[in-house]
Amino acid sequence: MKFRLIRRDTASRLAMFTAPVLALVFTCVASLVLFAALGKDAGAALYALLLKPFLSWYSFSEVLLKMAPLLLIAQGLAIGFRANVFNIGAEGQFIVGALCASALPVYFPDGDFPLMLPAMIAFGALGGTVYALIAAALRTRFGASEILVTLMMALIAVQILNYLLLGPWKDPRGFNFPQTVMFPDNAMLPILFDGTRTNISLIFSLLASVFAYLMMQHHFRGYQLRTAGLAPRAALYAGFSASRMVWLGLGLGGLAAGIAGASEVAGPLGQLQRSVTSGYGYAAIIVAYVGGLNPLGIIASSFLISVIYIGGDNATVSAGLPVAAVEVFQGLLLFFYLLTFTLIRFRIEFDRKVPA
Amino acid sequence: MSQPALLRLAKVSKRYGTVQANKEIDLEVHTGSIHAVLGENGAGKSTLMKLIYGVEQPDVGHIYWNGQEVHLARPSDAQALGIGMVFQHFSLFETLSVVQNVSLMIPGKPADLAQKITDLGDQFGLSVDPHAMVHRLSVGERQRVEIIRCLLLNPKLLILDEPTSVLPPQSVRRLFETLRKLQADGMAILFISHKLDEIRELCDTASVLRGGEVTGRVDPREHDARSLAQLMIGREMPNVAHAAPRPPGEERLRLNALSHPRASRFGTTLEGIDLKLRSGEIVGIAGISGNGQQELAALISGETRAQEPGMVEIMGKKVGHLGPMARRKLGFAFVPEERLGRGAVPEMSLADNSLLTAHSRNMLSRGFIRRSVERAFTRECIEAFDVRTPGPDAEAGAMSGGNLQKFILGREIMLNPDVMLVSQPTWGVDIGAATAIRKRLLDMRDQGCAILVISEEMDELFEMCSKLHVLHNGHLSPALDAAETTPQEIGRYMIGAAT
Repeated sequence: MKFRLIRRDTASRLAMFTAPVLALVFTCVASLVLFAALGKDAGAALYALLLKPFLSWYSFSEVLLKMAPLLLIAQGLAIGFRANVFNIGAEGQFIVGALCASALPVYFPDGDFPLMLPAMIAFGALGGTVYALIAAALRTRFGASEILVTLMMALIAVQILNYLLLGPWKDPRGFNFPQTVMFPDNAMLPILFDGTRTNISLIFSLLASVFAYLMMQHHFRGYQLRTAGLAPRAALYAGFSASRMVWLGLGLGGLAAGIAGASEVAGPLGQLQRSVTSGYGYAAIIVAYVGGLNPLGIIASSFLISVIYIGGDNATVSAGLPVAAVEVFQGLLLFFYLLTFTLIRFRIEFDRKVPA
Repeated sequence: MSQPALLRLAKVSKRYGTVQANKEIDLEVHTGSIHAVLGENGAGKSTLMKLIYGVEQPDVGHIYWNGQEVHLARPSDAQALGIGMVFQHFSLFETLSVVQNVSLMIPGKPADLAQKITDLGDQFGLSVDPHAMVHRLSVGERQRVEIIRCLLLNPKLLILDEPTSVLPPQSVRRLFETLRKLQADGMAILFISHKLDEIRELCDTASVLRGGEVTGRVDPREHDARSLAQLMIGREMPNVAHAAPRPPGEERLRLNALSHPRASRFGTTLEGIDLKLRSGEIVGIAGISGNGQQELAALISGETRAQEPGMVEIMGKKVGHLGPMARRKLGFAFVPEERLGRGAVPEMSLADNSLLTAHSRNMLSRGFIRRSVERAFTRECIEAFDVRTPGPDAEAGAMSGGNLQKFILGREIMLNPDVMLVSQPTWGVDIGAATAIRKRLLDMRDQGCAILVISEEMDELFEMCSKLHVLHNGHLSPALDAAETTPQEIGRYMIGAAT
């Protein structure tokens, strides 16, 4: 039996909301079965995964802490994705942002540098942007695929990080651990809520969301980017510069990732260490797509994914769930989301067989 | 008639969603007859052919072959009965030779097939070299390959979908001779077209389709084109009365020895093209698509930059190095031949599609989109150009070709251009809309706009233009006065017999 996907006549706005909800329901059902088959208390596992993050103020604040970089990077990436500029290496721009920001406290460990924190954020932003723009230059000058270039540059960034941490930037009093000195107080982002680790980078992310919303939905530049993504030949016909779209799409993605990287070292880490390569840059790709590349949708999806991260940590501790099972849960969610989203936008038509 | 019809359709209906494409169609095709199916675009001709060829199945109704009821689940069922079809758009692999293309569908040794191709060619006037590469063949030759490929399956019924729409006049003659030979040989032919003169010349029966229903069954030889047209569109043919053009004014577009290498193996290299276009005149470029039309249009619009600034001049300025936006600022507007994906973004609303080129019409404030202006412009365009759509929020991709073309043309006209390039203005557009579009262009001319029209439809060019060029294989013919030249002369340029 052959079948085809036919695009539905009405691309419903409702789909944007029903798809994630349905996906969540399906994921819960499937993981209940899965966890039960592992011999775990499935109810307790789901409770830890989905409810526990909301049950204490501290774990909720941890959700917000995780959400800040995911939201910021995803908003930046989504701008490029909508223009068919696929920056897959935000992880690299995130790391370079963290490196550039760390340079100041590393060389001024006593904090005697004017405007330390703003300068760090600016360095991080600049570093991430420049690192992403290398891919833009290669794409516009030589036609090199930005997908491959950004991805490979992410691997290079990890090696630069390793070199600095094992060599010149290693804390001399750090018992040979690959990490820098602890940052001085004036190199740290202010905490948003007392008693938590949530810092003002969440505000950066929300501001970036407002910026992305205004630009993508209401500004001509965003319109040009969307046109370039939906119908490249129409963008050419209208005279929107294709190379400008590449520069802009990659540059803004790198900018966002760079600020997120700076915020990470100036926030929860408090120093540059290897664990800065936490995978936020890759996870943000999922966040951007689950949010439908829509600035408002991405706010919701970054929250959802953060809940699952924190919930996953809970579940491994309290319900004794293996880490792999948590990853399967996250994978299932994405799978069901893509499935429901597809089925809501398309309908399946089977080829009827008529006897000859 | 004691003998049953070769093919009979009884009360056949087909519905797509809310659209009733075919409604209770009755049709009889007899052996040795050339039967025309006549109708505007969207009248349901293509759907009907898909039902007969087994591409789609009817919702209701019966199909009889030699008096026996049949169910055609797929094209191979239809081929097994003896139904062959030549599609409007050819399905040949350009990188293979003729015989290789044929052997993809017909079993047999290449040498035998090559012999058969030559034999059939001799018998029916379909001569083509079996070992030639398809990308080197002219459109007429490609069509012959398609027909031969059908004939090798020994069909009793041959369906031809708009076969003349891509052919120069000389090749049309030749095709008709072939079809008459096939008819004399006892073949039944279904000839789909909207060209009335051809049908009157060739066919002995005509079924007229309108809005999915058969509205008439006539002998076309006994009717004049006017009454056939009336059956087809259901009302009097709109009469385009044009004022005689005033003497043209100053020069607004000029191509100076424009040459450009082809971008890909299947593109066309343009060589030494000279052209002048003045205010208040319409100049036409005839020729079969694929002879450099797309390349030329992109060079004039700025989507492709010319090699030297001076090769293209708009409003007296050298613009060869400028992009489309800069050229628009000088008063240039362009209606491309592809509407979806180039002239309009299918996934966006009409209002957002206005923004594509009309953003300079006060639609932006510090770069932010002024939705109210955008919508007002779109509404005005919809009303002024009779675009049939629910409103400015309708997605461009959901509109019919003719309506979208009216919208795009309207949008460009509302920019008040001084120079306009219109590529294939009425491709896939029904007669009513096509007439409206031509009238608009003539109005623009009378208001002093300089218009360049690239079209395959020769009638259309003769109707509107005062001067004609022909583009063949990347070369542009000298300007021919439309009042003095003939379709035959244009045709000689189209096939490269005159330069």
